[in-house]
Amino acid sequence: MASKLSSLMENRYLGWIGLAIALLAPFVSATNYSLSVMTSALLFVMLAVGLNIVVGYCGLLDLGYAAFFAIGAYTSGVLATRYDWSLLATIPVVILAAVIAGVVIGGPTLRLRSDYLAIVTLGFGEIIRITANNLEITGGPSGIFGIPGISIGGLDLSSPVAFYYTCVVAVALAVLGAARLGRSRLGRAWRFVREDEDAAEAMGIHTYKVKLAAYIAGAIWGGLAGILFGAQLTAISPQSFTFLWSALILMAVVLGGMGSTPGVVIGAIFVSVLPELLRGAADYRYFIFGVLLIVVMIFRPQGVWPTHAVERSARKRRTDDDSTVEVNQ
Amino acid sequence: MSQLIWNGLFVGSFYALVALGYSMVYGIIKLLNFAHGDIYMLGAFAGFAMLTVAGGLATSAGFVALLVVLVLAMLVTGTAGLILERVAYRPLRGAPRLSVLITAVGASFALEYGMRLVAGPNPEVYPVRLSGTTVHVLGARITLEQLALVGIAIALMAGLQYLVMGTSTGRAMRAISMDPKASLFMGINVNRVISRTFFIGSALAGAAGVMAGAYYGKIDFLMGFIIGLKAFTAAVIGGIGNIKGAMLGGLTLGMLESFGTAWLGGEWRDVFAFAFLILFLTVRPTGILGERVTERV
Repeated sequence: MASKLSSLMENRYLGWIGLAIALLAPFVSATNYSLSVMTSALLFVMLAVGLNIVVGYCGLLDLGYAAFFAIGAYTSGVLATRYDWSLLATIPVVILAAVIAGVVIGGPTLRLRSDYLAIVTLGFGEIIRITANNLEITGGPSGIFGIPGISIGGLDLSSPVAFYYTCVVAVALAVLGAARLGRSRLGRAWRFVREDEDAAEAMGIHTYKVKLAAYIAGAIWGGLAGILFGAQLTAISPQSFTFLWSALILMAVVLGGMGSTPGVVIGAIFVSVLPELLRGAADYRYFIFGVLLIVVMIFRPQGVWPTHAVERSARKRRTDDDSTVEVNQ
Repeated sequence: MSQLIWNGLFVGSFYALVALGYSMVYGIIKLLNFAHGDIYMLGAFAGFAMLTVAGGLATSAGFVALLVVLVLAMLVTGTAGLILERVAYRPLRGAPRLSVLITAVGASFALEYGMRLVAGPNPEVYPVRLSGTTVHVLGARITLEQLALVGIAIALMAGLQYLVMGTSTGRAMRAISMDPKASLFMGINVNRVISRTFFIGSALAGAAGVMAGAYYGKIDFLMGFIIGLKAFTAAVIGGIGNIKGAMLGGLTLGMLESFGTAWLGGEWRDVFAFAFLILFLTVRPTGILGERVTERV
């Protein structure tokens, strides 16, 4: 049983299976409610995969991830409602804004001890939320409404089904991108920094640059998810970006297995869909989440779907097929 | 002007009380206890529960009742700190820093929403309010109760200073913060001293919680979140791990906020404080009184 499970975990077609499930899901149930739950789950997957770059690959604890999500949603929302940009056109601006925010926060704090980053990001999350609450251009406490849906050319993609499939494509690309990034040269440097920062530095890795790269990559993923979030809900307000969000995304990453892409995807789906299934136990769920975080860290810090499996498959492939040897520097 | 300074000192003494616990725990086991702000919240609710049970007796006895409740609430939160350390942090001693931080976030979450389960999501109104005679000192309006609260805060801090510098427990704490392993070899019961540190730090936070409840009059289950952040800011400003630094940092942050509010308006107060934290970490990460920390390989 265990070997069957681990061979399933290492299956190289896993990504395709996941994509197929996502594509076929509306054929099982396509009510507006189920579509909206599934779309939210997809956005959550995107956020969790983005946070996984920071927390899972690089080992930096970011407790204000919702801030980047908010920056993306507000940047695209303001441009779309006040200046009549189409949402697609706002993508470069959102990326730019996310990068700037990442540099402003990561720049000073990543030079310090890693646990300072955690609390500074927590403060940053609050700064962004309160700023959005106070400024006039962001609509104050009531936020922005009337954000248009996504349309490509003349094709309107704002109906629930079309938007769901748009999200499937976008999120699949995001997951694939994050996974590829994790296996790149930079990704190996991230993991090295996570395991032993001093040793990494001694081996010639510019740890500060590498950490900043992880932080910025996470910011971009978060910002792009923000665009989709605005398009889905058509209205955003500061209440959508509280610490609760950041904590839930972290929860998804930790539960699924830090650094493991399939694990994080499963974790995100679990964390976002479970509350819908447990409507009755709404009062208990955050309490349970908190206890679960402690329990997971004490008894299974690698999460339910650890990254170990993925690394072993890479080694196996190397011995099986010598023509595609990956050279590890 | 003098009103602003007084307001700053007053709020700053709350921050200092909470920052002390943060700083002590960090100084000894290098753990950012995210749940510390929630211990403050727990203190406020413990005081609230006791005052409600005491009912009319408490409202008639006023300030004296509040003092008794303050001490009891300190015992409750101190014990909560002990339990927290035993259940959540001790099993992870020696684990990677990231796991411990995540555990701390989980503990904070569990405390917040656990309290929400017990007390409900709506804010509660404190049965004993402190609002009384005002005296004018150098143009600042000061109530006698404010003075009393600042007095209590100063007394607690003086007591802590004696405990750390003058008793054997305090000597053990300082030894552990320098080198836990060597302290173990020298016959110090490290686990017990760490437990005591948690007890003391949490008790101080609980005292601050009761005082804040009595002064502001309203408490809710998320009240510890912002103050936890502020207390950390205060600890960093003063130099984290340094007890005098935490007091100084608390007062400095209180002043900064008081003047920041006057210049920018109340809605920007928190933004101002956290932006200052980021700025401070860039310019002088070791704080006003802190020494350079070198991470050992």
